[in-house]
Amino acid sequence: MAKNKARKQNDKHKITWETVWKQRYLFMMSLPFVIWIIIFKYIPLWGWTMAFQEVKPATFALPIWERKFVGFDNFMRGFQDRIFKQTMINTLGISILQIAVGTIVAITFAVLLNELCFTKFKKISQTISYLPHFVSWVIIASIAKNLFNDGGVIDTIAGTNLHLMSTNSPLIWVVIVIIDCWKEMGWNAIIYLSAMAGIDQGLYEAAQIDGANRFQRIWHITLPGIRPTIIVLLIMTIGSVLGVGMERQMLLSNGLVQDHTMVLSWFSYLRGIGSSDYGLGTAIGLFQSVVGVTLLLIANKIAGMVGEDKLV
Amino acid sequence: MVKNKRTWFDYLLVVIFAFILVITLYPFLNVLAISLNDATDTLKNINFIIPRKFTLSNYKYVFEEGGIVAPFFMSVAKTVVGTLVGVICTCMLAYTLSRRDFICHKPFTILFVITMYVGGGMIPEYLLIMRTLHLGNNFLVYILPGLVWVYNMILVRSYIDGLPMALQEAAKLDGANDFQIWYKVVMPLCTPVIATIALFYAVGQWNSFMDTYLYAKDLPTLQYKLYEIISQARMQVDTHNTSETTQAVTPMAIRMAVTIVATVPIVIVYPFVQKYFIGGMTLGSVKD
Repeated sequence: MAKNKARKQNDKHKITWETVWKQRYLFMMSLPFVIWIIIFKYIPLWGWTMAFQEVKPATFALPIWERKFVGFDNFMRGFQDRIFKQTMINTLGISILQIAVGTIVAITFAVLLNELCFTKFKKISQTISYLPHFVSWVIIASIAKNLFNDGGVIDTIAGTNLHLMSTNSPLIWVVIVIIDCWKEMGWNAIIYLSAMAGIDQGLYEAAQIDGANRFQRIWHITLPGIRPTIIVLLIMTIGSVLGVGMERQMLLSNGLVQDHTMVLSWFSYLRGIGSSDYGLGTAIGLFQSVVGVTLLLIANKIAGMVGEDKLV
Repeated sequence: MVKNKRTWFDYLLVVIFAFILVITLYPFLNVLAISLNDATDTLKNINFIIPRKFTLSNYKYVFEEGGIVAPFFMSVAKTVVGTLVGVICTCMLAYTLSRRDFICHKPFTILFVITMYVGGGMIPEYLLIMRTLHLGNNFLVYILPGLVWVYNMILVRSYIDGLPMALQEAAKLDGANDFQIWYKVVMPLCTPVIATIALFYAVGQWNSFMDTYLYAKDLPTLQYKLYEIISQARMQVDTHNTSETTQAVTPMAIRMAVTIVATVPIVIVYPFVQKYFIGGMTLGSVKD
């Protein structure tokens, strides 16, 4: 088979009309999708140019060279927007809280599950822990209303009104992060569990002979064993620190707390599509991407400098 | 494996996980119980998981007057069509890109893989779909923009790469053309991976909400309908309907019934789906 492939590699260099004709079915089976991806993925990429132009519904139909070029004006208007500062604080606050809490919870869950020795129970626990991951955010939002709204399940258990989803303060960040952790905990643990499965079992046996107790084994073998995985995942999440999704924020928000749930992607939607200021909306999106890539590269660099495994 | 005598820690772990399971399941059971409970009775206290006054009237109301029948079928149509078309297109493309002798193998592969890392973002995509292609409120908007997930395509391609090449060559000698080889030889061998990606597409389609929200508010799906109910109830703060004294149905009861209708297909499917998803997830972390 390997030989076969090598021979084919050689044939590839001679591109003649004859080969094109011979492979006409392959072309017929792939060209429609090439056209599709150019339309749906590459044309929007070209849309980044709108960030530097004045684009309003009236001027959208104009060809690109006839639109007014405004340099960084869209960015400046975005940054000076009345709610931009609070939006930025919310985005960073929710993101950092989520990265910190989400990572710790997922690792703890994975470590504990790894220690659980009743196989059947372990399997059931794991399967059930995935359930919320497969359920859509709309459904989660509906369920969250029961639990966190005034007079909801948690208020009933607490016996007082905690105003969890009606206080206009960063408390809503905590509520959102808790809900997100609840939804994704079991799912995010999978990657750590598979890293743990790769740890040499001999290490545990040796440690046991040396008299290490269970906590020492977790601390000195399991956690260092999954350290590269943790670092790689952290680097990747740092890249998405400004990319907090709009769907979750919008669904878990309400009029009372909206000041503290607004994030950049939602802001971009409101200004770009809600108020039809396409240029500004695109500029915010571009800002998010550029900052994301920059942070990813910085985090990667730092990881390399302190001697951790790098992403690339 | 280190075999140990069971210690207090093992039993503590069981208690911890029992607690986690309760936290995970309680919210779902609570929703189910409220949806099956008499709506006015629910207003007294919503903290329960066994219906106090069992009734099916919430569901009856939701299906007869709640206007969710059309959204339900829209969701079903979108899921079925999206999955079917998605699977066929993904497999077809994956097959051509698995053919190393295909002269466009390399450029096409690069063209597709790049899009996994860079995207145009929300506003340019929105403008393309609504202003340039005029797909707003058209059923096609549910199918076309997400026609092929490149990740799924790579899954199928690496599966095809693992199949013996000899089968394709034998078919070729028998005079089959590339299209025939694809659907008569390769596709039947791909059943496991087809099942996997079909589940990916189906769960994605059933759960998606932003596509309706952004592009097709006139073609509401179940998820969108539920969103509308959530945001309406937010305004009315769950005041119950006093006009119907005989069969009181509160916004909350309606919301719970719709939530259950939207959740049930996922709950039925996900235990079967999860192992494929996990396979896909760990493959992604190991391969390239």
